[in-house]
Amino acid sequence: MYKGGKIFASLIIFAALFTIPFFYNMGKANAGPDVALNTPAIQQLPASDQQCVESPEFMRANHMQLLNQWREEAVRNGQTVYINSQGKEFDISLQDTCLKCHATESASNPVVLNNPVNTAGVSNPAINDSPQFCASCHDYSAVKPLCWTCHFEPKEAVK
Amino acid sequence: MSINRRQFLRRAGMITALGLGSSFVISGFGKKAIAEAAGFEKASNDLPAKRWAMVVDMSKFKTEADYNRVIEACHSLHNVPNFPDTKNEIKWIWEEDYHHAFAGGFNEYLDDHVLHSPFMVLCNHCENPPCVKACPTQATFQRPDGIVAMDFHRCIGCRFCMGACPFGARSFNFKDPRPFIEEVSTEYPTRTMGVVEKCNFCYERLAEGLMPACVEKSNGGLIFGDLDDPNSEVRKIVSTKFTIRRKPELGTQPSVYYLVGGGEHA
Repeated sequence: MYKGGKIFASLIIFAALFTIPFFYNMGKANAGPDVALNTPAIQQLPASDQQCVESPEFMRANHMQLLNQWREEAVRNGQTVYINSQGKEFDISLQDTCLKCHATESASNPVVLNNPVNTAGVSNPAINDSPQFCASCHDYSAVKPLCWTCHFEPKEAVK
Repeated sequence: MSINRRQFLRRAGMITALGLGSSFVISGFGKKAIAEAAGFEKASNDLPAKRWAMVVDMSKFKTEADYNRVIEACHSLHNVPNFPDTKNEIKWIWEEDYHHAFAGGFNEYLDDHVLHSPFMVLCNHCENPPCVKACPTQATFQRPDGIVAMDFHRCIGCRFCMGACPFGARSFNFKDPRPFIEEVSTEYPTRTMGVVEKCNFCYERLAEGLMPACVEKSNGGLIFGDLDDPNSEVRKIVSTKFTIRRKPELGTQPSVYYLVGGGEHA
């Protein structure tokens, strides 16, 4: 083969470079996101009310579809109450139902209402902080939903 | 190594069938139930109606404060930004003079109050809304209770609805509105750059059993109710008093009526 040695040598170098991140991280345990499931708001609830609108497993896997369903029903069909699989009723509200429990008022995470405005006087949707609870997983998995460009954390969290 | 045309076609067909078949198998196994819900329902104090409508009693709008109180009630509740440049202006409810609100209806002997005081104008929540027809994503739609609502999540900012609306009731967010909201209300979300917005007859308040914010603050100048209900106040006014609507000749059947005769309403 014409210049076979060079070709194969370059191929091996290329493959080595390309797979460096893979070998570099091999065998290292991944910490995973640290999700704050036990906020003070949740601990204050009676034990019977401590479950989310559905089971944690369901929420973990399907919260995005559930939120889409909620949005569809509340905005388009005027159905503002969700009845869960146990027959319990919840008001459909990202701000007042989800974040009643999942809002976190830590100093390091300014509430969404403290709309960060950059020097040009324009608030950048990409830097609007999402609540810690959402962000802990979404940052880990590099998902950037745009909820907080319009929605807020609830009144209680906005001091 | 060489294959003839017939062999090639046969193998290509087999591979295609295999690919299609396996995709069905995978999607069949992969199907998961999303809905764990038992269902959805309306809020218990949701106000039912067949066709929400509003009567603007012009005799109750006398001073500038009467207008501003109503506008302020709506705009502060719904986080309507206040842009310094009028090109970017966002408005849900605003003042309009007679000549613009009721173009073509000019008559020099009209009552002074009618001719010279501004009218309270807002989205007419038409029965035949041209904006809904124009919207390519169905972001704006008509609810069963007659309200022409917007789903901001779905709006792609094409502004066809703004061109379609004969009343100029829609505004576009050319800029990010958040820095221009003086006092943020947590009762209602803000909007984002690139979506159209307009009055929504406070459907979020109707779902809680409350009257629209402007009606509440109007001291009787705005009357709100179900036009389909023969005993409602709006229906009584519309059927017994002389009211006008904006651009009725266009056939959109606005749900906002103007009581210009003055005096006491029904």
